[in-house]
This record gives sequence, C-alpha cells and structure tokens, in this order.
Amino acid sequence: MAYLRAFGSFVPERRVGNLELATRTGRDAATIEKTTGIRERRYVGDRVSVADLGLLAANDCLLKADITASEVGLILFSSGSAERCFPGPASTLAAKLGLEATPALDLPVASAGSLIGIALAADLSARYGNVLVVAAEIMSRRITDNDPDTAILFGDGAGAALVSHETGFARIADTALFTDGNYAESLQLPHSGDIQMKGLEVIMQASRKIPRAITTLLERNSVAAPEVGVYLMHQANVNLIRKVANALAVPEQKFFCNIEHYGNTSSASLLIAASEWSIASPPPVTAPIVFAAFGAGFNWGAVLALPV
Amino acid sequence: MSKQAGILKVIHTVSELKVDPAPEESLFDSGALDSFTLPDLVTGLEQEFNLTIPDSDLVPERFDTVAKIEAYLNSRGA
Repeated sequence: MAYLRAFGSFVPERRVGNLELATRTGRDAATIEKTTGIRERRYVGDRVSVADLGLLAANDCLLKADITASEVGLILFSSGSAERCFPGPASTLAAKLGLEATPALDLPVASAGSLIGIALAADLSARYGNVLVVAAEIMSRRITDNDPDTAILFGDGAGAALVSHETGFARIADTALFTDGNYAESLQLPHSGDIQMKGLEVIMQASRKIPRAITTLLERNSVAAPEVGVYLMHQANVNLIRKVANALAVPEQKFFCNIEHYGNTSSASLLIAASEWSIASPPPVTAPIVFAAFGAGFNWGAVLALPV
Repeated sequence: MSKQAGILKVIHTVSELKVDPAPEESLFDSGALDSFTLPDLVTGLEQEFNLTIPDSDLVPERFDTVAKIEAYLNSRGA
C-alpha cells in the first residue's frame, strides 16, 4: 500500500503580468489571458537554482507531513529545466536536506515528471518507506521573447509530495503511464538554446491522450468520472483543462485550476496545484482524486487515489 | 449529404465561421481553426463519417483546408 501523506509548494515573489510580457513580446495582454487563462506568472532571481526552489517546496511538504528529512527513504526529483546535464538537482537537494546516503534520483521529464514521480513512488514506497517527490522548474531562463507563443506561457515554481508506505490521507490505488517517442521533437529543450514547442501538436495530442488515460484508469477501477472529487492536472493551459473536462463529461469546476496565478510551471505545476488544493480542501478526503499530466516525450498518464 | 457538405457541417459546429470556406482556403489562416478547435474538428469528423482517426494522423497540415480534409477522408475510405 502507498499513501499520499502531504504536499508542499513554493513560488518566487516576483510577479510577471501580461502587460510586462506584452511589452516584451508584442502580444496583446488581453489575448494572452483569453488564449491561455494566465494573468501572471512568477520568476526567480538570478542566483536561485532549481535545487534551491525544490528545497523550499520539500521543506514545506516535510513540515506538513510532520516528519524530518532523515525519515525520507528516497527522493525523486523532477525537472526539465535543471542547470546541468549531470548531476541533476536530486543529489544537490538531498545534500541541502542534510542527507548523505539517501538515494536521490532525477526525472528529467518536463511537465509530466511529477506525475511519473508519484506513480513510481507508489511502487517504490514498499521498499524505501517515505518517498519524497519534488518538482522544481525555472522556465524563465529557458524561454526567449523571440518565440512569443512559448514565452507567454511559462513561470517558475516548485512542488512536493510525500508518498508513504504507512499512513496518509488517501491511498494510491492505481497508476497509468504512457510514452510515445514519435513526438520527441514536438517539445524539447536542447543542451544549448531555448525551449522549442510545437504548440498545435502538443495540444492536439494532449487533448485526446489525457482523457483516454484517465478513462482507462477509472474504468479499470470501476470509478465513474462524476464520482471523482477533484481532478488535479498539469497546469498547461486553461483551455486544455476545459477540453479534458468536456471530454470526460464532468464540470470544469471539478478541475482545480491555479494557472491564472502561476502560468505553466512545467512539471512543478501539478504539485503546486495539489498543494494549494490540499490547503483549500483539508483532509479527510471523501471522494477519489485523479492526477493527470502530459509532457515532453511525449509522456503522459494518470494516477488514482482513493479515500482511506 | 455530400462529403464536402459533411465536412462543412463539422467545421461550422466547431468554429465561429459564418460563411463556407473555399475548398482551398486555409482554415488556420482564416481563424476558423486553432489549437483548441482542431481536436474538436477531428472528433466531429470521426462522428460524422463514422471512422476512428488515429493519433498519429493528427497532423495539422492534413486538416488545413476542406480539400485536404476530403482527400484525407477519401484515403481512409470514408
């Protein structure tokens, strides 16, 4: 058995509104909001690293779980925007937490990495005990104003989840992960350069693959889509979230949405959303929770958690 | 109903286009389609012509004009 025990998050203070981006990119501020649902996003300062951001979210999560870092048996760190090819931020985070021998692994999967982290943690917690899943992204350093369609979307932030083998507010009942590498070039970040995204291709595939993954998971567990209490999804675009809700024939209000405040924080967005949802809707959990994400690779999938 | 009429019916269902686009007119350039209406168009075509369009066929250029959509549907035996 694996349980969701706590979430945590951190977003930087600096707010970047659509007017600032309009000045930089030439895009109309009102159009940015209409086409993305984003009103502002957060940017970190120059000296902050991905591991720094992750540490703040991790500490928030550990505090809420009421455990110390020494009780963590495994760290899974998702980031597609880390500063180095290797080592990734996982080992740095472990060191910052004061851990000198705890395994810490990187998941360099933009957008979907935190979902993959939760899914892996669900299976690995039997061996490692408390698994700390962290996702941190500094996307503001990976965009260029010469590509306005992409630049307007992204922000910085970090989220964390603690998956425990012992106790929690919801049991992770099932996971469904998928990969199709035929779309590897549709969303990529080369070693040198900025993020490259074929938005049309991403949206087309995501709008069909995400509902299919969720439906597969729900049917496998005999849960009807309307029975789900909350859908926590990667915050890529409010219109994509609405499209998924529509495909599942559930009210969009069932999808927790905070993209207007933070933009797309890539793999961090799912856990930031989960953290804010858990504060707004504190335990006990009384209905199923569905997590879903789609990202570079393409990698996508869903996770189902049930009340305990 | 002819194939083009069925295609136009779907286009009008998923877009805010007031008039029928010319067969070779780009649906993206005219604003009839964008990244969010294109998936709806594909779903509408699946329902209208009773076929399943695989994800691997979701190439925007394939659905850019009425003529291209018709050619694609013909290639699928619809």
